[in-house]
Amino acid sequence: MAIAATLMMLTRLNAVHALLYLIVSLLAIAVTFYIVGAPFVAALEVIIYAGAIMVLFVFVVMLLNLGRRAVDLERSWLTPGMWVGPVILAAILAGEFIYILAGRAPDSTMSGAIGPKQVGLAMYGPYLIGVELASMLLLGGLVGAYHLGYEYRGKAETQTHDVDTVHAGSDSGGDLVRAGYDRTAGAS
Amino acid sequence: MFALGTIGLLVRRNLLFILMSLEVMLNAAGLAFVVAGSRWAQADGQVVFIFILAMAAAEVSVGLALVLQLYHHYRTLDVDVVSRMRG
Repeated sequence: MAIAATLMMLTRLNAVHALLYLIVSLLAIAVTFYIVGAPFVAALEVIIYAGAIMVLFVFVVMLLNLGRRAVDLERSWLTPGMWVGPVILAAILAGEFIYILAGRAPDSTMSGAIGPKQVGLAMYGPYLIGVELASMLLLGGLVGAYHLGYEYRGKAETQTHDVDTVHAGSDSGGDLVRAGYDRTAGAS
Repeated sequence: MFALGTIGLLVRRNLLFILMSLEVMLNAAGLAFVVAGSRWAQADGQVVFIFILAMAAAEVSVGLALVLQLYHHYRTLDVDVVSRMRG
């Protein structure tokens, strides 16, 4: 399922079609996580990958497609042949998920189910130095993206974003990049 | 899936597709970690997957900023054109 969606992603010529198939692939991986017994990681996958990162990709694609080709692209997006494939794959995924929720609701057959509490205990226990390293990495990514957007824009604006946790750090990075692109799009 | 991501990285010459293939490869690695962690009923696999997620978020933000600046300079997304840059 995920492999099929990924193959379709690699063979598309248009970037938006590939993005749709990539989102379906991520959702398939999330369902696989849920089946395997990791519901917390499945929720994280949907929220961060299919939410934040895909929003960034879609935004850049839309920003790069400005100009005279945009009208033709818009016309070609409205044809039904292009979203039928992702809709079919996503419908299969939705059926799978409903089947799982309806069939095995009491969570008995999952042998190795690991809840969020165990993940949090393991993460802030022996892996505390890893959390610190991830926060430093996110801070570096934040500063790097802000620096690149700063040179591209050419104007000086100072903003303060603090990275306190892992997920808040990733979200603030995405917001910063998106805000910078917004200003460039408005200026040009 | 990791092999698919690698093939996409090598075959495509569009920067956006290269970034998407990188996402696929990171996802494949995270999937392997989570499956192994649930096989031995340990929470370590999911912890490592959260780290991979944070790294992917940082990498994608910096990568997309680079892509935008490259497009601003060269008006293309072909990496063969960009490989001739100097300075």
